[in-house]
Amino acid sequence: MIDVVVVDYGMGNLGSVRRSLEECGAKVLVSGDPSDLESASRVILPGVGAFADGMAHLRERGWIEALKRNIREAQIPLLGICLGMQLLADKGYEGGQTEGLGLVPGVVKRFEPGEPTVRIPHVGWNEVHITRPNPLFSGIPDNCDFYFVHSYYFVSEDDGSVVATTPFCGGFASAVMEGSVFGVQFHPEKSSRHGFCLLRNFLKV
Amino acid sequence: MLKVRVIPTLLWKNVGLVKGISFDSWRRVGTIMPAIKVYNTRDVDELIVVDITATNENREPDYDSVEEFSAECFVPLTVGGGIRALEHIRNLLCVGADKVSINSAAYTNPELVSQAANRFGSQCIVASIDAQRMPDGSYECFSHSGTCPAGREPSAWARELERHGAGEILITSIERDGTMQGYDIELIQRVTESVTIPVIASGGAGNYQHMFDAITKAKPSAVAAASIFHFTEQTPLGAKRFLGERNIPVRNINSVQSYMDVGAMLSER
Repeated sequence: MIDVVVVDYGMGNLGSVRRSLEECGAKVLVSGDPSDLESASRVILPGVGAFADGMAHLRERGWIEALKRNIREAQIPLLGICLGMQLLADKGYEGGQTEGLGLVPGVVKRFEPGEPTVRIPHVGWNEVHITRPNPLFSGIPDNCDFYFVHSYYFVSEDDGSVVATTPFCGGFASAVMEGSVFGVQFHPEKSSRHGFCLLRNFLKV
Repeated sequence: MLKVRVIPTLLWKNVGLVKGISFDSWRRVGTIMPAIKVYNTRDVDELIVVDITATNENREPDYDSVEEFSAECFVPLTVGGGIRALEHIRNLLCVGADKVSINSAAYTNPELVSQAANRFGSQCIVASIDAQRMPDGSYECFSHSGTCPAGREPSAWARELERHGAGEILITSIERDGTMQGYDIELIQRVTESVTIPVIASGGAGNYQHMFDAITKAKPSAVAAASIFHFTEQTPLGAKRFLGERNIPVRNINSVQSYMDVGAMLSER
């Protein structure tokens, strides 16, 4: 049995994600074949890149229906990382208005900083404030720094799905949860020991 | 609050970790794997690894080595040297790089930066600029590890790279590099004032005060350094404690981890 399938749709820092999951003791399959979801107990949607390209690549490779079916019917836990979190939304505006996976209610917009000292992309370590207790952050202290690198952010349409926020550009949702679907805007695979803790938590949910 | 990053830079030639002075007089300071392991254990903010001979030898990046580095690195890893094509970037991301740094190829083919930003996202494209102050006081960019004048002025070139979609600028002063006499604050400031993307300052750090001066005067988002960590007892954690005590937002300064300094560890090998 594979512990976790990492979706390979041509958009990720796949090497980093695979290595850190293995370091957490997971049996990992990086897969370009949606039928592998049938044998997976968990799935990770990684991703760096643009929203429109991300959806196009998922569609081309037949992932969209397979992901929706396995998550809605079999309820297998999914963790979206960075672009992977953004793709969970209903809609994105990067590279033109594009329909997302619609697994977590929200839209994805570009940061519009009010002051010139705020530089975009948001690159580096920033605090993650846990707004709602949830299994992903179990054992992780509030306001720890995680590593971010992005120019767009998730605007939730249901405050109930936001589980953590980060103080940048007026504050944004840095983690969301909707049933068995999780999303984090930061990179747990690059966030050292707190990142490992989060990935281990995901492997246990 | 977003933290100011302190980033060790590892220059790599064949299998050796090297450091020069003003992009010359390369001296071997150890092997690269142990350095990466130590920095990873010490939980540094980020690492930049550059193969300094790939471009001049007309080689592609060495993916096998990068895969070995990334296997031991759970902090963000930026890889540079020899990148001339989209495929090189894709391969580097596949073997575990998180960001790539493009320097020489951008001068002859700026479209590479745009295409890379479109395909992989601006956030993983670091545009690197090596610049030198000329006798008349102006600044000029150099490609190919500081050997070829590129006919560009750094702040204008930085703006152009931003327009092409670069997500960060890494600005290195060639003449300060390896001297440990302090960053070229004027050069860095010219670049930070000309772009709205994050800027990483590089070249010349010899003590923590140099980092503080560069951060407060030129306002970069990160400071990179090499010699200070190779040749002195100073460490990234020490730098961040110094900066934190002076109200610069930094990460992880209360870490209880304590290790031998990297220089000592490397010289034991």
